[in-house]
Amino acid sequence: MTVKKTKKDLSEITLTNYYKQMLLIRRFEEKAGQLYGMGHIGGFCHLYIGQEAVVVGLESVAKKGDQRITSYRDHGHMIACGMEPKNVMSELTGKHNGYSKGKGGSMHMFSKEKNFFGGHGIVGAQVPIGGGLAFANRYRKNKLLSFTYFGDGAANQGQVYETFNMASLWKLPVIFVIENNQYAMGTSLKRASSTPALYTRGAAFGIPGQAVDGMDVLKVRAAGLIATKHCRTGKGPFILEMNTYRYRGHSMSDPAKYRTRDEVQKMRAERDPIDNLRSILVKRFKKTEDDLKLIDRAVKAEISEAADFAINSDEPPTSELWTDIYN
Amino acid sequence: MPIEILMPALSPTMEEGNLSKWLVKEGDAVKSGDIIAEIETDKAVMEFEAVEDGLIKKLLVEDGTQNIKINTPIAIVQLNDEKNHKTTLDVPLKNEDDVHFQTPLPEDKENHAVTMSKQAKLGSSTVEKQKEMIEDPNSNTIKQSVREAIRDAMAEEMRSDSEVFLMGEEVADYQGAYKVSQGLVDEFGNDRIIDTPITEHGFTGVGIGAAFTGLKPIVEFMTFNFAMQAMDQIVNSAAKTLYMSGGQMGCPIVFRGPNGAAARVAAQHSQDLSAWFASIPGLKVVHPYSASDAKGLLKSAIRDPNPVVFLENELLYGDVSKVTKSTNTLIPIGKAKIVQSGSDLTFVSFGIGIKHCLVAAEILQTEGFSIEIIDLRSLRPIDKEIIINSVKKTNRCITVEEGFPVCSIGNYISSLLMEFAFDYLDAPVLNCSGKDVPMPYAANLEKEALISPSEIVERAKQIL
Repeated sequence: MTVKKTKKDLSEITLTNYYKQMLLIRRFEEKAGQLYGMGHIGGFCHLYIGQEAVVVGLESVAKKGDQRITSYRDHGHMIACGMEPKNVMSELTGKHNGYSKGKGGSMHMFSKEKNFFGGHGIVGAQVPIGGGLAFANRYRKNKLLSFTYFGDGAANQGQVYETFNMASLWKLPVIFVIENNQYAMGTSLKRASSTPALYTRGAAFGIPGQAVDGMDVLKVRAAGLIATKHCRTGKGPFILEMNTYRYRGHSMSDPAKYRTRDEVQKMRAERDPIDNLRSILVKRFKKTEDDLKLIDRAVKAEISEAADFAINSDEPPTSELWTDIYN
Repeated sequence: MPIEILMPALSPTMEEGNLSKWLVKEGDAVKSGDIIAEIETDKAVMEFEAVEDGLIKKLLVEDGTQNIKINTPIAIVQLNDEKNHKTTLDVPLKNEDDVHFQTPLPEDKENHAVTMSKQAKLGSSTVEKQKEMIEDPNSNTIKQSVREAIRDAMAEEMRSDSEVFLMGEEVADYQGAYKVSQGLVDEFGNDRIIDTPITEHGFTGVGIGAAFTGLKPIVEFMTFNFAMQAMDQIVNSAAKTLYMSGGQMGCPIVFRGPNGAAARVAAQHSQDLSAWFASIPGLKVVHPYSASDAKGLLKSAIRDPNPVVFLENELLYGDVSKVTKSTNTLIPIGKAKIVQSGSDLTFVSFGIGIKHCLVAAEILQTEGFSIEIIDLRSLRPIDKEIIINSVKKTNRCITVEEGFPVCSIGNYISSLLMEFAFDYLDAPVLNCSGKDVPMPYAANLEKEALISPSEIVERAKQIL
């Protein structure tokens, strides 16, 4: 028996690929959490677990040459845009073969090749820079656009609105992706934002916005298609508010006092983006447990290899202290 | 009663101006508020209004007269009511004493007078009045103001590289808040000369993002006081990304604009932030004094693949000196120059400090002392060698800067000399700096807060 396909339906291969991508990010982050506990990763480390559908859905609508930029919760974005998990992990462990030669760490990583512009440690600072990437596209008169990600916490930073104003004024091709994971560190959206409907925050600047179920990769993709069409046709910026949820703490040192364990468990049980896609694969495409286990095993193996690679790599030579300060 | 209309001061730094055009003629009746002339200041062409009702009796200067000192009589008006009592604004004819208070000099008069008379002897490099490019057909140089030199540097680099653009407040249609970008929008259009909203934090970040993709923005701050709004982007984003990306992603950007004290604009608009920027690895920092250095260094800055903070000084914009006609003369960042050689004492300074040093050295010379003056030009990287070698020769050093005294450029130079020239020093290194106070408004207090040639002379005599 075959599943009846409509034109809009995505193929089995495509959906399986989204599943793989999301799983790769989740297993990567779980491993990063482990390595942190073992002392291989130091400093600040912000995990993306729970939010995987956002980057995977939006990367599915990106074109070659489009730029992306985000905050310090950046591992998922890097893996989704095709950066190598083993070199990301190497960076997390401060090794010479990390993306920044071990000099950036978890929060500050870049890939010129993949048009990934960081990895920024200061809340909100990536937003005007993301506007600048879009400015460069307009200056060069290409059809590329900038995916500028920031959180619900950053949505209260002044420079975000300075950027909204210029982006709208100059019709910059930028999609502002607000990843609303409900908490800015430990402060819930309601306790920090006078208007919690973040997708309306561009209204004063004439920027259209849309609220999206960020736990559903297909809904993210559908919204992404609308936003990219808007931007690529010269209509200026677009805001996507992705309603999502982070299962882990803000960073590894989060006391988890600001929400209940039940709240987290409920979200995991009912809205997990990976489980949801898994059940679509089972129901619509009759994937068996064995089919899926095969994928799970391959992903686990890749992550395990990445961790071994990172752990067994050398630290940067001390001469690296003095390089890359000036070009 | 006839009164004189005097050349007005229409900006805080204006000392003289041009009478572009009279909008009235002799015999015309004018009312208070009527526009009677267009006057060109150091910043813009401004309309000048009558303040009394009366009859234009005589125009004392013609259309197009250049360089009229402020407070010079430019017209005589017969007031309507002959029986009017004299008000404080009326200035009777031939009463020189009264003339001055109508439009008080915006700057520290006495100090400035010293500066001007002393510098007049020093020749062309320091004190000539601002003129439009005067060309000597037999020379490879032209005389140009610092303002024109900066504009030309930008224009030349924009002509040769389409990835260079200028953004900032009032850089395009207004023609530059200090006229530095005058005319550029006419040549390059609004796609490359970009007026931004008043949003320093935001547009600095936008410029940095554009630079990450390889474009070469020149970001103008109307003054560097406002760059403090954008400090996070300059320091955390522009300066550090090359390092944080393991060398993948550079930031070829220039941040430029006036830095340091202007005239009578008080604490929030008068401060020298050189030392702040100079302390940040990843930034290059330059602070030229002469027009030639301004041009050559700005061209280097625009071509440099790193973020460069290019500090200018509003009070030097009008100073004219020789600039090469070549469009390809670059002055390397990181090289200081010896402005004048001497054997008894070294002055190390930069920017407007050089102007004060030249006057101080001239005074000291009349008393038999020979002063060497080093213009640092670049504050990061700093030319250590030239300072150390000079002090090994003169055995004495005074640093001169307008900035605050704590953690200053002078403090750093003192430590360098302690470490690398200790055995050559015959006296302690002295730091001559701005006072450790927010800049006051009152003229007398402002004068006290700033460095001056007389203070430098006084300090020099302590160690000579």
